[in-house]
Amino acid sequence: MPSGSIFARLPEPDRRPVTLFFEGEPVGALQGDSVAAALLAAGKLTFRATPVGGAPRGPYCMMGVCFECLLEIDGVANRQGCMVQAADGMRVSRMLGARGLADSNGPAR
Amino acid sequence: MARDEAEIDFAVAGGGLVGMAVAYGLARLGRKVTVFDEGDLAYRASRGNFGLVWAQGKGVDMPNYARWTRLSASLWPELAEDLSRASGVGLELRQPGGFDICLSEEELQGRTARFEGLRDALGGDYPFETLGHNALRRMLPAIGPKVAGATFFPEDGHVNPLYLLRGLVQAFQALGGRIVNGTGIERILPEAEAFRLESGGRVFEAGRVVLAAGLGNAKLAPMVGLNAPVKPNRGQVLITERVQPFLDHPTAQIRQVGEGAVQIGDSKEDVGLDDTTSPEVVGAIAKRATRIFPILEQARVVRSWGALRVMSPDGHPIYDRSTAHPGAYLVTCHSGVTLAASHALRLAPWIATGETDLPYMEAFSAKRFDLRSVA
Amino acid sequence: MKRSAPLVIVGAGPAGLAAAKTALDHGLPAVLLDEQPAAGGQIYRGVGEAGEGRRKVLGADYAKGADLLRVLADKGLDYRPGAEVWEMTREREIFFTRQGAVERLAADQLILCTGAIERPMPFPGWTLPGVMTCGAAQILLKTAGVYPRQDIVLAGSGPLLLLLATQLLATGAKIAALVETTPSENYKAALPYLPAALQAPDYIFKGLGFIRDLKRAGVPWHKSARELEALGDNAVLGLRFRDAAGIREVACGALLLHQGVVPNVQISRSLRLEHLWDPLQRCWRPKLDDWGLSEIPGVAVAGDGGGIVGAKASEAQGGLAALGALRRLGELDTAARDAKARSLQKDFRREVAPRRFLDALYRPSGAFLRPSDETIACRCEEVTAGRIREFVALGCLGPNQAKAFGRSGMGPCQGRVCGLLVSEIMADARGVSPDEVGYYRIRPPIKPVTLGEMASMAED
Repeated sequence: MPSGSIFARLPEPDRRPVTLFFEGEPVGALQGDSVAAALLAAGKLTFRATPVGGAPRGPYCMMGVCFECLLEIDGVANRQGCMVQAADGMRVSRMLGARGLADSNGPAR
Repeated sequence: MARDEAEIDFAVAGGGLVGMAVAYGLARLGRKVTVFDEGDLAYRASRGNFGLVWAQGKGVDMPNYARWTRLSASLWPELAEDLSRASGVGLELRQPGGFDICLSEEELQGRTARFEGLRDALGGDYPFETLGHNALRRMLPAIGPKVAGATFFPEDGHVNPLYLLRGLVQAFQALGGRIVNGTGIERILPEAEAFRLESGGRVFEAGRVVLAAGLGNAKLAPMVGLNAPVKPNRGQVLITERVQPFLDHPTAQIRQVGEGAVQIGDSKEDVGLDDTTSPEVVGAIAKRATRIFPILEQARVVRSWGALRVMSPDGHPIYDRSTAHPGAYLVTCHSGVTLAASHALRLAPWIATGETDLPYMEAFSAKRFDLRSVA
Repeated sequence: MKRSAPLVIVGAGPAGLAAAKTALDHGLPAVLLDEQPAAGGQIYRGVGEAGEGRRKVLGADYAKGADLLRVLADKGLDYRPGAEVWEMTREREIFFTRQGAVERLAADQLILCTGAIERPMPFPGWTLPGVMTCGAAQILLKTAGVYPRQDIVLAGSGPLLLLLATQLLATGAKIAALVETTPSENYKAALPYLPAALQAPDYIFKGLGFIRDLKRAGVPWHKSARELEALGDNAVLGLRFRDAAGIREVACGALLLHQGVVPNVQISRSLRLEHLWDPLQRCWRPKLDDWGLSEIPGVAVAGDGGGIVGAKASEAQGGLAALGALRRLGELDTAARDAKARSLQKDFRREVAPRRFLDALYRPSGAFLRPSDETIACRCEEVTAGRIREFVALGCLGPNQAKAFGRSGMGPCQGRVCGLLVSEIMADARGVSPDEVGYYRIRPPIKPVTLGEMASMAED
């Protein structure tokens, strides 16, 4: 297996570049990508660990059906990565197990 | 009609929590039991219920019901252990005490007064507590500012009701019990010393018969000289995605289940046989839940359901035996989870032997409704 | 925001767009709700934004989908993209979330155009990252111009498998293997349907064209494959399978699966419409009349959501459903409706001519409908096929009892992926038809929705 992404992009110079942050690391993407597409293009295949057995999972259907691409996006847990458009500065992280509940009066617990 | 030749000491109509608990209790005593259950889409209170093992507030107007419920709560650890051993299914039973949360001061005061009345009727043995907002917050830190307080009852708890049903089925089958699935009992014909049962084009003969078919009892009871004046009452329940643990105690409104999902109820509507949900009621349940625990606002609901409770005119169980056709029994209630332990470990022996050391079994006869109409 | 509308269409694929156009052509304003950010459905996803390069790779049939989008410019159309419908009542009230806010709408007439989803293709390892549906790979291309460039294995059966392979070749990607699972006996079984299929020979010629292109490119092609297993611990590293030559292993970083599509019945099931089992397509579809009308007055279904017919036939159905709605609203009399319907009915008949042939040829192999015990059936709750069989042995007759015993279908996908699978496994274990076993009872919300959003349904 070569290092880096097994995914490539068609040359589309007209699309505007955006940068999102996955687990704190900058990921280059293009306007119009879903978050899931942007991460796959960058070679990130594993999006979450299941809350049942901790198994690794990544996008399966890309159309909002399977809920395998769940991510935390800009502080909101369990969002479908294939249903959210990538945007500049977006903070994205993996969903590892069950989500926490954030309280306006204190930290997630 | 094809005749089934199996020897049946007890035929149990209904394979929900009530029927299975009684059937399991009878099988434990060595009786040959056959359970008759309906199909995959039957109206099932057992699959839709909330999973509380709950004594709090039960029997405010019938102290014997309070005694019976608390007896069951105390027997629950024994039942859970038996079923886990027999079936290999952990039931997730926890009885850390439960809270019934109030959003208004009037509600809290009213409930406290009713519980005090029950405590007097029980000779002082009713260990509830009333907590105001601040005291409650120390126990349940996630409550919102609109919560007035709660009543607490130390014997309350919760269990996974689906694993309870599965555990009962597996433990019952391990004892040699038989389940006839698909159609339920359609007709009962009392004969001398036995009952002839019709189910799905087949005929069965049983020495005795226990009616535990929930709402179906209303139709079956008159066939054996009994009366089951039960009606459906819809409860609606929401369940969220799995979340990290945030709630250490069950409450009457909200509980966090073993795998982390949050289960939210409850409503009471008289709608007939309709187990769908309605947007307004579901919205009201959701709104109340976010007032109780504001951190739930961002939790996603993945499922909701309407389940039909089996309500008698006074809301209490009916346990009866037929005088016209000895050997026919009626068991019906809306608390199949809470009462599962009493049903398996106390009611089943009463049905099997006719004897009990409990002085109040006769109080649950449906005759109480006849008396009321006379008076 | 208006809270009621004479006509609401859910889904902006070929059926929904055609329904909207027919309504607007007759002066009836329509609301068009779509979950995706751009119209076109899955078949024409992204066609409005796709540049020349993408259109070239995806082919002329895809590019032509842009014609359907013209209706979006019509002022009579209230098009609301990004609308996630999460509750719909039999009284035709719709609750949905859009841009973070809850909206509700009451419809006099409702046309559901919810399209198709991929039939699950379960075998050990199908849950590994890097294993995706062929549809997913197409969506990546259509919406983002992203594609796997090498170490690709395509496995399964059906026209989309071949179409995607040729599209990937057009990007310059290297395909490591094409692993066809079509059972060899299907070719014989499909033969009687060939004459009917030749009434619309385009489909057959296109298929032959794919095959020629793939052979010319020298793509390694394995046929009648079975006993598939995806290899790898944290992501897919290869595919093992058996064919006539024995057991083989092909290394891959992207494993793309397909074994046909099935109606997306989540909404029609939650409305408790009656559904019929289609033994040839092996799926359920709602029971509908000639105008797509269900047993609920004012609720119609058009396109693949009502039974798989394909994009072109879906367009015709969308138009017919809209004519039916116009009639029920009193905008057309019966004679006018019927006159306008005739050319659409003719289009429909022509476009579905090859359907039975394709259904028979690409009928999925039993091994993938009823996978081995260790295979995960419910991906969300990680319930294996073997567990489902244990529940049958305990006396469970249908999927709702199995769900109660073991949580299959209780996860966030709400049974969308495993629904058919669990019914098939239970039917097989009981030795009866899936029709007798039945399907999950689908409960609202149709999509997971926050408690805060749900609270907005309460009247203050």
